[in-house]
Amino acid sequence: MKAAAFEYVRPVTLSEACAILRADEDARVIAGGQTLVPMMAMRLARPSRLVDVARLPELAGIADEGAAVSFGAATRQLDAEKSTLVKIKLPLLAAALPWVGHRPTRSRGTVGGSVANADPAAEIPLVLVTLAGEVEFATADGVETCAARDFFTGPMMTALPQDAVLTRVRFPVWSGRVGVGFHEVSTRRSDFAYVSACAQVRFENGVCAQLAVGVGGGVPVPTRLDAVAQALVGTAMSDADIDAALEAPVAALDIMTDHYASTDYRRRVARELAARALRDARDAAIGAAA
Amino acid sequence: MKVELTINGATHVADVEARTTLLDCLRDKLGLTGAHAGCEHGVCGACTILVDGEPARSCLMFAAQADGYEITTIEGLAPAPGELSVVQDAFCETHGMQCGYCTPAMILTAHSLLSRNPSPTREDIVEAISGNVCRCTGYGQIIEAVELAARRLAGSNAAEDAR
Ligand code: FES
Ligand code: FES
Repeated sequence: MKAAAFEYVRPVTLSEACAILRADEDARVIAGGQTLVPMMAMRLARPSRLVDVARLPELAGIADEGAAVSFGAATRQLDAEKSTLVKIKLPLLAAALPWVGHRPTRSRGTVGGSVANADPAAEIPLVLVTLAGEVEFATADGVETCAARDFFTGPMMTALPQDAVLTRVRFPVWSGRVGVGFHEVSTRRSDFAYVSACAQVRFENGVCAQLAVGVGGGVPVPTRLDAVAQALVGTAMSDADIDAALEAPVAALDIMTDHYASTDYRRRVARELAARALRDARDAAIGAAA
Repeated sequence: MKVELTINGATHVADVEARTTLLDCLRDKLGLTGAHAGCEHGVCGACTILVDGEPARSCLMFAAQADGYEITTIEGLAPAPGELSVVQDAFCETHGMQCGYCTPAMILTAHSLLSRNPSPTREDIVEAISGNVCRCTGYGQIIEAVELAARRLAGSNAAEDAR
């Protein structure tokens, strides 16, 4: 099908974009359009107006902020994937990016778009929640910041006001030597994940000094498993330690079901993928420290 | 609305609706029918073109968003009328197509892969074309075609033929 008629506008400043969005509640922001355009083609979305923010200077660029790396919301996913800064400072995001859609969608899709869209199967939101990052957005009233854990409120739902433009996405950088792991299961390569899991670990003197692990895909919002981190920090992270630490938190996960994969299957896969991600992260962290 | 697009090195002006996809603009307004319409919602890859050298789905862009980029379609690959690019030639030679519906997109995707990675592994090739559906070949001969094109391009003084 073809999209219903709409008006296309390309404001040249962020404040102009915010003003347009405030004046028309049926207007929608477009950047890469890799989710919105198919939704419009199927007429599941019928915006009155598309506000193209892809070329706004305020939404461009990857910035090294020392303790964090931030992405202008309109940064293409493929540009993030090619970035040396990302490879060095955000290895977990670097590991996740090749799983985001296909290269031909990453070449148009943006980092901010993936976050604003909040698909439960999306990889970038999972990494953002796992690393306890934050999101910045602008409305006609000014700029606000929101922690990733408060930003995602349900499948395809966020705390972003209707008249806001997501402007930056910020990922904390860990100092020291870290290891990461990322795993995902889907029907076909780069299809929507049934379950994905990621982990980042830092070792010091043979024990785990810092750890973050998260599960996405089968859950309504990307979920960081803080109890696993509490159980494993201070241990050598043996395979048995990892399995024991995952048991209760994975059992407590609010797993979704559909005609592709049952709750039980997704929970088993979540436990296994989280364990693999943690083992990979541990091995890489120990290797990096040696 | 009027859009000005740079396609295969030439400037084109088209009169489109805001809702006209780049795919429909190429096919219906500009007569560039090498970009094929399959699913028209981003899953089959038949509409793949190159935007600044990277593969992109032309059904997932509105023509109104596409000004200012270097767009390449299959019509822009052959070095001269009546000739074929090395990649196109390799697809013929290995029978990398049957019905041809997926072929322009496969060739553009392969062209982009080989321009950033002249000696791809089989895995690199499979990964590169993983967003393009072919309902005929079973992919085997397509992969062979890309391998053959890579070998040819690696041969002496063949580099320019890629264009
Ligand atoms: S027609 Fe564009 S992906 Fe199928
Ligand atoms: S040759 Fe028929 S779809 Fe690929």
